Amino acid sequence: MLTGAGLGDISAAFGAALGMLAALDPRLLQIIGLSLEVSLSAVAIATLVGLPAGALLALTRFPGRAGVVALLNSLMGLPPVVVGLVVYLALSRAGPLGTLGLLFTPAAMVIAQTILIAPIVAALARQVIEDAWREYEEQLRSLRAHLADSVWTLIWDTRFSLVTVVLAGLGRAAAEVGAVMIVGGNIDGVTRVMTTTIALETSKGDLPLALGLGIVLIAIVVLLNVAAYVIKETAQRRYG
Amino acid sequence: MMHGPISILPLVLDHIGYSAGGNAIIRDLSLELRARACTVILGPNGAGKSVLLRLCHGLLQPTEGEIRWSGAQPEKHQAMVFQRPVMLRRSALANIRYALKRAGVPRAERLKRALDALCAVGLEKLADRPARVLSGGEQQRVALARAWALRPDVLFLDEPTSSLDPAATRAIEEIITAIRDSGTKVIMTTHDLGQARRLADDVVFLHCGRLIEHTEAATFFERPVSSEAATYLRGELLV
Repeated sequence: MLTGAGLGDISAAFGAALGMLAALDPRLLQIIGLSLEVSLSAVAIATLVGLPAGALLALTRFPGRAGVVALLNSLMGLPPVVVGLVVYLALSRAGPLGTLGLLFTPAAMVIAQTILIAPIVAALARQVIEDAWREYEEQLRSLRAHLADSVWTLIWDTRFSLVTVVLAGLGRAAAEVGAVMIVGGNIDGVTRVMTTTIALETSKGDLPLALGLGIVLIAIVVLLNVAAYVIKETAQRRYG
Repeated sequence: MMHGPISILPLVLDHIGYSAGGNAIIRDLSLELRARACTVILGPNGAGKSVLLRLCHGLLQPTEGEIRWSGAQPEKHQAMVFQRPVMLRRSALANIRYALKRAGVPRAERLKRALDALCAVGLEKLADRPARVLSGGEQQRVALARAWALRPDVLFLDEPTSSLDPAATRAIEEIITAIRDSGTKVIMTTHDLGQARRLADDVVFLHCGRLIEHTEAATFFERPVSSEAATYLRGELLV
């Protein structure tokens, strides 16, 4: 157990973690690979759904729209464990989708993370695209662009800001633990990802693996944010 | 870029009114605008010049009265350039091709027409530059090229030079004159009296949302019919 582990133990674990990273430990690589596979798949689906949905919401006016926007914004804060629980119930043998046999597979984890991220992508995209629409609306209407034209034009024209939106979704997916833990089951070699491994190994007292994964996780999140910033700045300088 | 003989003009405004949030912005305004020439809408700030332009172009719907064009599908034969040019985040050339695509111009024609339009405004060298990093004057010229490439019967211009320096303003005015000379009807607003004198063939003078007078430019600037226009032309505040 971690209780009682001294500073020396932790620094030893830190050294061991770096050693595992340097040696490209296959167990470590397998876990990192699955994490990326699950989260990237979820982000890809959430983007395909969320961007057009957010753009459509930005461009249309209908009764109850304010309520839809407020609901979407609050869905950004969905607790991962609750999403995990709902997906678990849906996919469990007695659930409505139980016959698919997806529970405790990476596919179940992708489903849960997609539900978690799609509202984030849609809500942030809605904000970005609505700001642009204020500038573009009269011009696009003057050019007689249809709704579908306008949606696509605005997604394309805000693409550099939307990269940040998508990366925010990816960061959230890669870092969450509750949903994948419940629907994936944290099965060694099958559904074990970085966050669930960190939780498990820490409680078992195996600090080197937990710390190694922690370092990788933080590095990925930092890298994503740096990439988002660089892309946006460079693009804005070049394209205005 | 000469213009075909069939036109959606004259444009008839039949007792139109426009209110927003309980405020009457345009009141009982009737007007007929004929083909060719450049009509300048003048009036103090808040007279309703920009709103009138948007009503004519169909961006706003009149709350009273009726707007009538002559030809079929009038919306296809007009274009508008705004006070602040709205450039899409793509090259200057692609901005024009975008407009041509929306207007249903066949793909094979778009490139040539877009290039011709850029040449007409003297920006062919900047064709591949991202439009949003061009200067304000250059962006407004691209906006004019984008509108001109559509070969509209009517081109609406809302304060097209209000944020530009004199050199850029002159370039824009030369283009406006060329567009008018090509046979496109120009209907524009300005608060620059010198510009109105340089460009106008006839003047529509508004005050508080009402049409005060519609007069030939020479007459308007020498002997305005209304006392309001006379006050305005003397440079006095009209309240």
